[in-house]
Amino acid sequence: MSGTAVTMVNVQVDGEWKQFPKGMRLIEACMQSGKFIPHYCYHPKLSSPGNCRMCLVELGMPKMTPDRKSVLGEDGRPELSWSPRPVISCATEVSEGMGVRTSSPLVEECRNGVMEFLLINHPLDCPICDKAGECRLQEFSVEFGKGESRLLEEKVKKPKRVDIGERIVLDDERCIMCSRCIRFMQEIAKDDVLGFLNRGSHTTLAVYPGKRLDSNYSLNTVDICPVGALTSKDFRFKMRVWFLKETKSIDVTCGTGSNIVISSRENIVRRITPRENDAVNSCWMPDSHRLNFHYLHSDDRLKEPAVRGLESPVAWKTALATAAEKLRGSRPEETAVIASARMTLEELFLVRRLAAALGVRNVDILPRPQKGDGFLVSDDGNPNTSGAKLLGLATGRLPEIAQAIEAGRVTKLVVLGEDAADCGISETALKSLDLLVAMGFLANKTTPHATVVLPSSAWAEKRGSMINVKGRLQRLNQAIQPPGQARDDWEILRDLIALLAGTNGLHSIEEVFRQVAAETPALQGLTLSRIGDLGIQL
Amino acid sequence: MSALHPTPHPKERRIIFENISKPGYAADIDTYIANGGYESLKKAVTMKPSEIIDAVKAANLRGRGGAGFPCGTKWSFIKYDDGKPHYIVVNGDESEPGTFKDRYILHQDPHQLIEGLAISAFATNTRLAYIYIRCEFPHAAKIVWKAIQEAKARGFIGKNLLGSGFDLDIYVHQGAGAYICGEETALLESLEGKRAYPRIKPPYFPAVLGLYMKPTIVNNVETLCHVKHILRIGAAEYARMGTPGDGGTRTMCVSGDVMRPGIYEFPCGAVTIRELIFDVCGGLKPGRTLKAVIPGGSSAKIMRAGEVYKIKGKGPDGTMVDKDLPMLDVVMDASTLQSVGTMMGSAGVMVLDDSRDMVWALNNLNQFYAHESCGQCTPCREGSLWMSKMTTRMLDGGGRDKDPKTLQDIANNIAGRTICAFGEACSWPTQSFLAKFPEEFEKAARS
Ligand SMILES: Cc1cc2nc3c(=O)[nH]c(=O)nc-3n(C[C@H](O)[C@H](O)[C@H](O)COP(=O)(O)O)c2cc1C
Ligand code: SF4
Ligand code: SF4
Ligand code: FES
Repeated sequence: MSGTAVTMVNVQVDGEWKQFPKGMRLIEACMQSGKFIPHYCYHPKLSSPGNCRMCLVELGMPKMTPDRKSVLGEDGRPELSWSPRPVISCATEVSEGMGVRTSSPLVEECRNGVMEFLLINHPLDCPICDKAGECRLQEFSVEFGKGESRLLEEKVKKPKRVDIGERIVLDDERCIMCSRCIRFMQEIAKDDVLGFLNRGSHTTLAVYPGKRLDSNYSLNTVDICPVGALTSKDFRFKMRVWFLKETKSIDVTCGTGSNIVISSRENIVRRITPRENDAVNSCWMPDSHRLNFHYLHSDDRLKEPAVRGLESPVAWKTALATAAEKLRGSRPEETAVIASARMTLEELFLVRRLAAALGVRNVDILPRPQKGDGFLVSDDGNPNTSGAKLLGLATGRLPEIAQAIEAGRVTKLVVLGEDAADCGISETALKSLDLLVAMGFLANKTTPHATVVLPSSAWAEKRGSMINVKGRLQRLNQAIQPPGQARDDWEILRDLIALLAGTNGLHSIEEVFRQVAAETPALQGLTLSRIGDLGIQL
Repeated sequence: MSALHPTPHPKERRIIFENISKPGYAADIDTYIANGGYESLKKAVTMKPSEIIDAVKAANLRGRGGAGFPCGTKWSFIKYDDGKPHYIVVNGDESEPGTFKDRYILHQDPHQLIEGLAISAFATNTRLAYIYIRCEFPHAAKIVWKAIQEAKARGFIGKNLLGSGFDLDIYVHQGAGAYICGEETALLESLEGKRAYPRIKPPYFPAVLGLYMKPTIVNNVETLCHVKHILRIGAAEYARMGTPGDGGTRTMCVSGDVMRPGIYEFPCGAVTIRELIFDVCGGLKPGRTLKAVIPGGSSAKIMRAGEVYKIKGKGPDGTMVDKDLPMLDVVMDASTLQSVGTMMGSAGVMVLDDSRDMVWALNNLNQFYAHESCGQCTPCREGSLWMSKMTTRMLDGGGRDKDPKTLQDIANNIAGRTICAFGEACSWPTQSFLAKFPEEFEKAARS
C-alpha cells in the first residue's frame, strides 16, 4: 500500500492492549480480537445508524491530567476511567488509549434487555419462516435471550405478505427495524425506495408510494435482513436452510465473476447468494445473476451422448470414437473449432490442444459484448474472456470461420459450449456440413444437426478456474453432479485428444491446471489450490 | 382568559413576559420599537462578536429548552472564522407536556425572538437562521413570518443589517407534528426534509456536524430572547438576578391541581415549591391536599409531597454537612432540583392533588411516550409501548403480581441505552412513580 500512512492506535480490549488503525469502528476492532459482539443494524459495508442497540459495550477513556496528558498506570499504559453508560461499539471509532469491555454484567444485561424488547412484538413464527436457521434473532435468542416471555398484552399487528417488489415479499411483523435494507438501497444500490412509515412500535417498513423494490440488486436486501422480514419469492418455502449444502464458487453470468455460494440439496441447486470478496463484488450481486441457475435443472439438459444414425443411448466410447474417427486425417483448412469463453481455463487449454492435434487455425470463441451497469454487471457477457485471450483462443476469426462454413470451404465443425446459430452460421449451412461435433450441456439450435452430441457439465457441476475482466484468477467448485451420462468437459476433451493424438497423462483437474500453468508465463508457479477461495490477481 | 396573571406576583420579575398579554401590545414592529425594541441589537453591532459571547457567558444563561446547557459555552463551540457556513436553528417545537411558554412569545412578541436571534447570529458569524415552529402553531408561523418581513424592511435583518456589513436571513420552518422534532438532532433531520430521527452523538453533535453537516447552534425560543435582555440590562446585573450557576429569570408553566395555573416568570432560584403552589398559584383546590409535583415537564422525575431529601449544604461552622430538605422547601432552580434527584427541565410544573391515582397519572404519561417514540432504536420503541400497555391493563383491573417489577425492569432497560434522551424522558416517569408511590402500584398489581 502506498499513499497516506495508517496511524495505529492502542486500544485495550477486555484487558489486553492491541493496535488498530485509527478510525476503525470499535465493533470491528473487538471482532478482530476474537471478541464477538452481537449486532443487527451494523453491517461492515454500510453506515452505522446505531439503532438496534445490541452492540452496547462498556467504554473507558484515558484519565487526563489538568494539562490534558493521560495518566499512566504502573504498566506504563493509560489508566482508564470507565463510563457508567454503555456505548454502541458499531458507531464508535477507536482512538488512542481507549478501553472496551465486551462482556461484563452490564453488557450482558444490555443484550438481554434488547433481546427481550425485540421479541415481545415478534410473531415467533420460526416454523414457517424461511430465515429460520440463519436468523440473527433466533441465533442471539439462544445466546442472550431469557427464554420466557413477560408480555401479557397483545402483540402489535402489522402487514404480512406485502408484495413490495418483483422478487421480494415483506413480512412487517418480523421486521426489527434495523434499516439495513433501507441503507443498502440508498448507499449501494442508489435506488432509495425503502423507508419507514408510522412511529414507535408501529414503525413499518414500506416502499415509497408508487415505487417498487425492483432494482436489479434488490435480493441483496434479503441476504442482509437479519430476520425473515424480506424473503425471496424464488426461494420462499422451498427448503429449510439447514438442509442446504454450501459450495463456494463464482458467478459465470458475466465478466465480473462475483463470488458466490451455491446452496444445493440432493443434487438440486436451490439458491445462489453472494460471497464476500472485496476485490470483486464486496458482499453483493445482481438479481439477474443470482437467479440465473434454474436452467441447470431444465428439460433441455443434454443427458446422453448421441451419434446420428445410431439408436440412443450410445456409449461414450462409441460417441467419442465416432467423433475422433471422422476428425482424424481431415485437412486443417476444412476444419474449424468454435469454443466458448464460458468454459474454464482448463477446458480452454484442452481446446487449444485439440486444435493443435487437428492442426487447425480456424479457432475462436464467441464474444459477448453487452451494456453493463457500471457496478457488478460487466460489459462482457462472458466470464472467462481474459482466460481465452491468455491462451490465444480469442482470435477474432469467428466471422471468417462462419463465412467459410457458409461458403462450404469448411465442412467439419466442432462447437464447444456454444450454439452455432449465435455465431452467424445458418441452419442450412449446418445441415450441409460433413461433420458437426457438438459439446454442451443444453440442447440448442445446433444439436439437432450434430453428427455427434457430447453432453457436458454446467458450472455448478464442475471444478476449474476462470479469469475475470479485471484479471483475477478465481475458482469454480462442484456443488452437484451432472445429470444422466453427462461428463465433465475437460474429461471429454482429454479423451477426444487422446484418441486423436495418443494419451496425454492427464488424470485430474489439478494436473490440467499444472499443465496450463507450465505453458503460461502469467500463471507460473500457481496451482489450483493456491488460487484459494478469493482468487488471485494476475 | 390569559395564562398570565394581569398583575405580577411580588416574587415575579417579568422580562421575557414583560409585554405578553399587556393591553394594547401587538405583535407588530412599531409596537415593539415603541417599547424599546431593537436597541440591544443596535448595541450588539457596535460590539466585538467575542464580547457578546463573553457577556452571555458572564450572564450565566442556561438553555431553557430542557437540558439547561450553558448558552455561551454552546456558542463558543462554533469557530467564528472557520470558513464554513454556520446555522442557528431556533427550537420552537415546544411539545413537552406541561410546557407552554414559547407559544406566548411566538404569538405575541415575535420581535423579541428575532432581535435575540439577530444578536446571536452576529456573535457567531451566522448568516442563515431557521425558526422551527411546531405544526400545531400554524398561526404563530404566520405571525413570525410577518415579523421577519417587517424586520427586514426596517433593516434589522437582511443584507448589511443596521449598516454593520453583516447579512442575516431568517426563515420559518413548520414541523410536521411529532414531539421528537423537539430533540435537536431530530429537528435538524426534519429541517433537512427527512424523517425526524435523532442522530447518534457522537459523531453528530450539532456544533460540529449539524444542519447539512455544518456547525450549527440549536437554541430554545426563550433562551434566545434572554440574549436581548442580557445586552439591555448588562451581563453582571442579569447574572445577579439569578443563582450563581443559573442567571437571569426563568419562565415557569404551572398546570394541574392549583387554583391559578398559568405562566409565571421569576428570577432563577427565587421561589420554593411551597411559595409557587400556595402563594403564587393560589394554593390547591378546596379541600384537597398535595400529593405530588412534577417540576420540569413530563419527563422530570416526580416528587412526593411530604418527602424529605438529604442534601449537602453548609453547616453553621461553614463545613459541608448533610441537611434535611423538606419537599415544599425545595427551591425551583436547576441545581437544587438536580440535587434532589429530579430536574428543572422545561420548567413545566405539574401539580397533582390527592384526587389523582398514580397508576392513572403514569399511564397518561406512558401513553404519550408510546405514541411519540420515534421508533428508531429498540429499547425506546418497544419499551415505551410495553410500559403503556402494562399500566393500561393495571388501570383496567388486570394487574398481576409481577407487574411493578416488570415495569421497573423495562424502564431500567431503556434509560441510558438509547440514541436520544427520549429514552430517559420515557423511563424516568415509570422509575420515579414506582419509587415514590410503590403502594399504589402494588395495589393495582393485586387487583
Ligand atoms: C425528546 C426531546 C424533546 C425535546 N423537545 C424540545 C422542545 O420542544 N423545545 C426545546 O426547546 N427543546 C426541546 N428539547 C431539547 C433540545 O434537544 C435542545 O436541548 C434544546 O433545544 C437546546 O436549546 P437550549 O440550549 O436553548 O435549551 C427536547 C429534547 C428531547 C430529548
Ligand atoms: S426488513 Fe429486515 S433489513 Fe429491513 S429494516 Fe426490517 S429487519 Fe432490517
Ligand atoms: S430514544 Fe426513542 S425517540 Fe430517541 S431515537 Fe430512540 S426510539 Fe427515537
Ligand atoms: S449494531 Fe450497534 S446499534 Fe445496532
